[in-house]
Amino acid sequence: MAARTVLQQADITRALTRIAHEILEANKGSAGLVLLGIPTRGVELAERLAALITAFAASSDESVDGRPSPVPFGALDVTMYRDDLARHPTRSPSPTRIPAGGIDGKTVVLVDDVLFSGRTIRSALDAIADHGRPAAVRLAVLVDRGHRELPIRPDYVGKNLPSATSERINVLLTGTDGIDAVTIEDTSRDAPAAPDPDEAITDPADTQSTEEATR
Amino acid sequence: MKHLLSTRDLDRDTAIQLLDIAEDMAATQQREVKKLPTLRGKTVVNLFFEDSTRTRISFEAAAKRLSADVINFSAKGSSVSKGESLQDTAQTLEAIGADVIVIRHGSSGAPKVLAESGWIAASVLNAGDGTHEHPTQALLDAFTLRRRIHGDASRGAALDGITVLIVGDILHSRVARSNVWLLSTLGAEVTLVGPPTLIPHGIDGWPVTVAFDLDAAIADTDPDAVMMLRVQTERMHDAYFPSTREYASLWGLTAARFAALPERAVVMHPGPMNRGFEIASVAADSARSTVREQVANGVSTRMAALYLTATGGAA
Repeated sequence: MAARTVLQQADITRALTRIAHEILEANKGSAGLVLLGIPTRGVELAERLAALITAFAASSDESVDGRPSPVPFGALDVTMYRDDLARHPTRSPSPTRIPAGGIDGKTVVLVDDVLFSGRTIRSALDAIADHGRPAAVRLAVLVDRGHRELPIRPDYVGKNLPSATSERINVLLTGTDGIDAVTIEDTSRDAPAAPDPDEAITDPADTQSTEEATR
Repeated sequence: MKHLLSTRDLDRDTAIQLLDIAEDMAATQQREVKKLPTLRGKTVVNLFFEDSTRTRISFEAAAKRLSADVINFSAKGSSVSKGESLQDTAQTLEAIGADVIVIRHGSSGAPKVLAESGWIAASVLNAGDGTHEHPTQALLDAFTLRRRIHGDASRGAALDGITVLIVGDILHSRVARSNVWLLSTLGAEVTLVGPPTLIPHGIDGWPVTVAFDLDAAIADTDPDAVMMLRVQTERMHDAYFPSTREYASLWGLTAARFAALPERAVVMHPGPMNRGFEIASVAADSARSTVREQVANGVSTRMAALYLTATGGAA
């Protein structure tokens, strides 16, 4: 279990701060933004990003008419939209919380911890369509580890982390795990006679504590 | 979970997981687009050897909301009336491509036979078998009760310390049996009330208290919920009680008894109701009655049951 830490708390804070500024810049302010996190850790990231964006928008000169309203954020569960439900042990869904204003005509920023195959995001796009019709959908991820299986790319990336498929990337966040860190570990060496690397990555016992690296 | 055959062998964690998934399913039913793509390409067969309105429609709605293809099969007007066996019928359905078979059968244990005989590879959901069990009804009852008691904080909660009276025809009621096991697994205290002739033999082994006097039981247990059962006259070939009027006055939820219930107590009934017999209209139509909620929650609960049995492959 040689887990190597690749991002510390300060790195994560810096990455989120930069992403918050990039979202504000691309969106020309915070108007019409809705942040939706993908459970489990995407939800906490969305909440933290929303707080940062709200704070930066309030301190900038563009908000001449007082404080802008807080950027709405929520959670988008994609379990029911996955394409691998028949291939894995049953997953328990998490609650979906769409902010009161809805997402029609808004710019939705999807937030997840790790971008891997892109299949989770594909599911999320289907899920969004059932909740309304946003003006645009963007994607922000803390870690992009490559190995895409679908034509999906992130708009905002905290850290590009080229990895082997046998490696596992763990994202730990203060609200969920008590600590901010991103670690990487090689499962090919200590996996107990793992028959194939795909299984090692999506071991059901670990899915709660690791990235949504589902393939 | 490959099959859902009874609530007796459902452990507490699985039961709560099922109810929590039902909460998620209920949330999707508030949306503009109610349909989920979850079971796209799967075929659900409703195999009904006994009459049913709400259970069959509820399962059909649940399967369709999950994008499954639904085939309805009722024994009347089928080859079953020509003498086809359960095995042949089931294998025919599988040959058609059934992934899930929802079965209601007049014989207790028929779903278990179907699930464990090795005749078919499909998942089996028990939608009521004889006087044995009706697990999805108990799950939707528990779901309804949990929502009434815990409100928005329902997720993850159980029913510890809740007192429930189940009143009436216990002998013929698979709903009562499923509820006894599920509610006690979830921590509720269950008291069964009914005429001695309608209390089954061998009830000593059940995790319940038995009473024969409804007024005394209401006063003693101070119940959080009263579940009235339908008197199943179609299964009664003996005189179990002298007359319907006597039954109504002794074991029916009359207006006077309804008024004597604690303010917080909810009134449940699995339907179909015999108004004026086991339940008075004033109780059935009051704000404390959950009868229509139970029907609505039935769809969410069955969606959860279909999801859990139809997904999750080999591992």
